[in-house]
This record gives sequence, structure tokens and C-alpha cells, in this order.
Amino acid sequence: MELGFLLGSLVKIIAIMAYLYGLMWVLARPSIWIKIAGLIGAFAVVQLALTDINGFRLLNNFDNGLLFQACAMTMVALGLNLIYGFNGQFSLGQWGFYGIGAYAAADITYRWINGDARGLLVLGFGALLGTLVLIGINKWLQRFRGIPVLSSFTLYLIGALIAGVTAVYLGNQLNPLITPFLGTAGEPGPLNTPAAQQVIYFLSVILAGIFAAQISFLFGLPVLTLGSDYFGIATLGFTIVVNTLMVNSDTILPFPEMKGGRGMIGIPKLTTWFSAFFFMMLVIIIMRNLIHSSTGRSLVAVREDEVAAKAMGIDVAGAKLFAFVVGSFFAGLGGAVYAHYIGFLSPGTFDFLAGFNPLIIVVFGGLGSMTGTITATFGWIFFLEGMLRVLLSQMGTEAPTWRFVLYPITLLLLMLIRPQGLLGSVEWGFLKGPEFTPVPRSHPEPAHESAA
Amino acid sequence: MQTVSASSTPVIYHRRQPLLWVGRGFFALLGLLVLYILGVNLVKNPTLFAQIFISGLQLGFVYAMIALGYTMVYGIVKLINFAHGDVFMVGAFTSFYAVAKYRLHQWPNAVFPNLDPGLGVVIGAITVILLSMLVCMILAITIERVAYKPLRDAPRISALITAIGVSFFLEFYGALNFVFSPRFIPYERPFEVVAWYIKDGIHRVLPGQQAPENSITFSNIFLIIIGVSLLIQLFLQYLVRRTKIGIAMRACSYDRQAARLMGIDVDRVISFTFAVGAAFAGAGGVLYAIAYSLIWTQLGILPGLKAFVAAVLGGIGSIPGAFVGALIMGQAEAMTMGYISTPMRDAVAFTILIIVLLLRPTGIFGEPEKEKA
Repeated sequence: MELGFLLGSLVKIIAIMAYLYGLMWVLARPSIWIKIAGLIGAFAVVQLALTDINGFRLLNNFDNGLLFQACAMTMVALGLNLIYGFNGQFSLGQWGFYGIGAYAAADITYRWINGDARGLLVLGFGALLGTLVLIGINKWLQRFRGIPVLSSFTLYLIGALIAGVTAVYLGNQLNPLITPFLGTAGEPGPLNTPAAQQVIYFLSVILAGIFAAQISFLFGLPVLTLGSDYFGIATLGFTIVVNTLMVNSDTILPFPEMKGGRGMIGIPKLTTWFSAFFFMMLVIIIMRNLIHSSTGRSLVAVREDEVAAKAMGIDVAGAKLFAFVVGSFFAGLGGAVYAHYIGFLSPGTFDFLAGFNPLIIVVFGGLGSMTGTITATFGWIFFLEGMLRVLLSQMGTEAPTWRFVLYPITLLLLMLIRPQGLLGSVEWGFLKGPEFTPVPRSHPEPAHESAA
Repeated sequence: MQTVSASSTPVIYHRRQPLLWVGRGFFALLGLLVLYILGVNLVKNPTLFAQIFISGLQLGFVYAMIALGYTMVYGIVKLINFAHGDVFMVGAFTSFYAVAKYRLHQWPNAVFPNLDPGLGVVIGAITVILLSMLVCMILAITIERVAYKPLRDAPRISALITAIGVSFFLEFYGALNFVFSPRFIPYERPFEVVAWYIKDGIHRVLPGQQAPENSITFSNIFLIIIGVSLLIQLFLQYLVRRTKIGIAMRACSYDRQAARLMGIDVDRVISFTFAVGAAFAGAGGVLYAIAYSLIWTQLGILPGLKAFVAAVLGGIGSIPGAFVGALIMGQAEAMTMGYISTPMRDAVAFTILIIVLLLRPTGIFGEPEKEKA
């Protein structure tokens, strides 16, 4: 049975890799219609495999869970690859943003189905006002030159606090207008039908991403000015602080529904394959287009040589902050999708030791390779979780520990033998970037006409 | 006719603008607020304040022992040695096995039955500490040779990831059942805890009794930690200032290439630095375990990180800086536990790190960097 299971696991990994690489190949075709058809087809194939047809399902619940986890982890790892792989900022804070996204989104939908719209209203107004205030302060500060980071950070912080307080006030004031339509958990109101819940869920995922991005902006602004390894330690500290706050979310923070260290239960399981696939493809497409734009090239230039990048006129601090904010946005999206798949959030999941997982994935897959990150994420989740199931039956509770013994050894060997990661910076298909084929000129310009 | 200026956002050049001081003013206000809270609490209940101060001192002296290893290694190899905290953990576990399993702390009385029991315990405890230091030294040299040496010329981040890997390996390999087991293990102390309280003079807390209200208690462990920590500081100062290997260490820290050209065996010096730091961490681990009497395999992570913060606070690469920084960190943590809330202790440590790096990246005693790394 063990051998059969392992073989099955291997076949699944090969199938999912073929699926992903095939999808990326289809997306690389020039015609937009082929791309759209490829996306729809890729969605439909897995949806079909997940559907119960006459009692037969190609992918069982276990695989289903692995698939959703892999989608969420892909978003997180791609975000980290943008920060560390493409922009060279060694960040250990990705897991903290993942947790922030998960808790924020879970809070919105949990409150919504229990007849309380404040989560959505406060985060919605916060996203709107906060972004407006931050952009406004940014525009205003551009009038001055040579402002120390401390001063601009203080101004941004004060602005964000004012925006947050306003958002909370507005949310509390507007809440009674919406509450009658929500009903209670027993009797769902008109705004709590399954379709409405899906809409709220999509909103909550995006708001969670924006919330994580705002926090990463405030945190990254001062911290990104530190050196590379100091930045790593500071972001590790961020993950630890976020985890501490999660453990005390019902005592220090005013969120009794998060239940502190006991874990938040009762989150509606709203993640469908459509949403997981949608958000994953959204992240992949946004990131691929970003990397191959001039902004993305400036990010890579900052990684290669900051001084040279500055000499070329690139705003180095701005580029670092941009990569950090976008990467954290992806992490927030991933966390939100994860929270609504698993239905239960515990601070133990967002422990800083687990926060090394995306780092290991990114380093394995290859720094600066989206293909590598996606491959490593899916391979990692399916292989390790599959192995865990086999090992658990053999070794009992020691299996997870063994896993963590084998990681570092592999990591050490990788650092010694192939420090650029398994795939280096190789890209495949769609992720390789647009191909610019020179268009043959139908009317060659006369060479010497305007010479006089 | 006027020429139209195309600039929509005029750039204002001010030589002195108030915005320069907004940030520093904000942090100064924060500092004043902290001082105000501490002052109010000091006036309100001086005994409690003194008690918290003593526990902070104890924590700070333990951090000082760990921070030395971080600061020395960073000074020479420019590597944040993540595994240092786990070496500290191994030191604690070594002493646990030596005491609870092999009764090593009783050897003087077993070998020489006529020896005074008090003296026997002292010699036994010193043996245990020395054994832990030895084990940690061997471990650190092994780690350095196996993991860090091949990466000496690699990018700094590769070495940092390797260090994280080594740290993980020690934690989770130790958590296997045939190694240390993943459980929390109550630590058996090699000697009895004797506590005193200060109220109208110093009195001993008799066994089975409690210290009276409004008194300051301290124990012999507190005194031992301070003693050992100060001893280590003095020894390290002597080692670095007066001995040949210490001079070699300082030379390597200043310029490794030039030191190599001057005939210094740089690899040996680096190994020696790792070994010395690990030995101090091992001693710290024993004392930490004796003081808090509960050990597990992830014991070393947070004290290690906080000791690193202490080293940064004092100015990384500076030995007195690490000491002062560790004392400040200990106080900050104890005051947080006493006056804000216990779980926020970790948050405060990293907040201090970020604030220090923003306001004075070189730390209290640090020299300005020659070039940007």
C-alpha cells in the first residue's frame, strides 16, 4: 500500500507539473483568444477532476487540500521571490504578512456571516482612506528634498493612524445601516446568500492584500534603509511580533472573535477552485508583466548593483519599497485564500519557524526564477505532504521533526553545490517574457532623402 | 512676456526645514514617554521596581554571555551566526545530562569522601560548566569547518541562509526522541537555591517560608550569574588585548586580507573565535538553565536573537558594547514584563532593534563603518 501510495503521489506530481508547464506554454502563444481558452480549459480540467461524477472523483479531498495549499503558497513564495529573488532584499517577514492577510480576511467574512458588517466596512474604508492618505503624503513630500527617512516615516505613520481611526469611526457609524440585511447565523438575511458570500469573500481577499501592503509600506519604509542582513533580522522580528499579537489578539488587541492562542474557528470555508486558481493566476500574470516591464528591470538592476542603479537614475529606495509592498500584497492574498480554505486559524501556523518555508521554497526553486518558485511550491507541497502521510504511519509523531532535519541538510548541500537554486534563473514559456519579433518594414525609408 | 515654467510640482530647497526634526522629535517624545512611565512606577512602588530591576539584571548578564559570541563572530566574518543560540541550547542540555544522568556534580565528594560538601559542590558545578563549554567549543568548531568555511567567499546571504539551516538542524535534530526529545524537561540543579530578602538588612529566606511583603528577594543564582558573566568579560578583555591570538583576532576583524599577508593563519583565528564565543554561550546556557530550570530544544532561539539585538545595540564588533547592550536589553525586557505585559517582551526586543538601527546604526560603542557593506 505504501509503495502504491508513493507511486500514486509521484504520478500526481508529474501530472501537476505537466499541467502547470502546459498552461504556461499555452499562455505564451501570441493570440489572446488561445490564452483565454487555455486559462478556461486549465480551470475546467481541474474542476472536472474535483467534481464527483457517479461517485468517482479523480482527486480526493486530500489532493484537493494540497492543491489549494499549493495555490496559496505559490502566491506567498512568488511575493518573496519578488522581494528576495528579483530585488535582493533578504526578507523573513513574508510569513507575517501572510498571517496578517489570513486573519484580516477571516475576520471580514466571519463577522459578515454572523451579522456584523464592521469588518468589511472598516477594512474597506481603511484601504481607501489609507491608500489616499499615503499617496497624498507621498505627493506632498516630493516637494522637499533630502528628508530623513525618520521624518517621512513619522508623517506616514501619523497619517495612517488618522486614516485608521476615521475608518473605524465610519465603520461603526455605517454598520447599523447594513446589519438588518445580514440576518443572523441561524437565519441568513438577503445579503448572506451563498452568492453574496462569495462576493464578500472576493472583496475580503483583495482588502486583506491591500491591508498587508499598507502595513508593509509603513514597516518597509524605515527598515529597508538598513543593510541586507539587518533587514533580514528586522523582518524576522516583524514575524515574531505579529505572531505575539496573534497569540494575544483577544487580550492586547480588541478582537475577541480571534480567540487568541486557542485559534480562530468558524471561518466560512468559501475557497473554491475558481477563486484559488483565479488569484494564483492573477498573481502570476501581474508578477510576470511587472518583471518584464521597465519597473521590473529597475528592480533587477537594484539587486545587481545599487550604486550602478542609482547612477542610471533609478530611485533605489523607491524600487526596494515597491518590491516589498507588492510582495507583501501577494502574501496577503495568499493568506486570505488559505484562511478560507482551512476554516481554522491558529497562531501556531504563523510561527516564525514555519516562516522559513517560503524562503526554502524560493531558494530551492531558484532566486529570480518564477518558474522555479512555482515548480518548487507544487513539488514541495505534494512531495512533502505525501511523504508525511507515508512517514506518519511508519514513524508516528517523529515524522514532522525528521522532515525539518532533512530540510536544513538539503539546504546546506544546495548552498554548497548549487547556490543559485535548482532552476537558477531559467524561465519557461509564458514566464519567459514577451518576445519582440522585429516587424519587417513594408516601406523602407529612403536613406538620403532628408540628409540635406 | 513671461516664460512659462513647466514644473507642476515646485521643488522647494530649504537649508533648514522643520521636517528634518519631525522624526527625531517623534522618537524623542517616545523615549520621554517611556522614561515618564518608568519614573511614575519607580515613585509609586520602589520595591517592585527594584525587584524588576534585579530580574532584568539577571537576564541581562545571561544575554551578555551570548552576545559576546555574536559580536566577535560578526566582527571577524561579518556573519550573523544564527546557530549561536542553538549552541547555547546544547550547552544547557549537556549540563542537564551531566547532572541528572551521570551525577557529574558529585564527583569530588565521591572521589574524596573527606572533602567539605560545600567545596565539593562548588568544584562539581564548575566541572559541569567547563564540560558544557568544552562540548560547545567542539560543536562550534565542527559547524564552522563543515558549514561556514566552504562559503567564506560566497555572498553574505548564502552564508546567512546556511547559518539558518544549521540552526534548524540543531533544533530539530535535538528534538528527535533518541537525541534530546521534543519535550520540555525540568532541569535538575547541581546545587540548592538559596534566596535572600532585603528588608531592614539582608535575611535568608528559610526553606518552606516565603519572603515578607514589600521586600526585595535575590538568590545565589543571581550572584553566580553576575560573577561568571563579569569573569568572562574580564577574561575576554585580557584575551583580546594582551595575548597573541587576541591581537590576531583584532587584526582579522580590521582587515582579513592584510592579516593574511602579515602571516596570520586566518582560518585558525576564525575557528578560535567561534570556539571562544561558543564556550561563553555554553556557560551562559548552563546558568540560564539553572536560573529558569526548564529546558527544551528550541530554548536557544529567542535568547539568541535577543542577544544579537543586544550586540547590535551596543555596536556590533565591540565587546564592551555587547555587554552594555545586553544589560539594556535585559532591563527593557524585564520592565516590559513588569509594567506592560509578559507576551510583549519579544515585541519590545525587536522594536528596540529597529529603533536603534534607525537612529544610530553603529550602536552605542560602534565605530562608523569604513565602507558600506
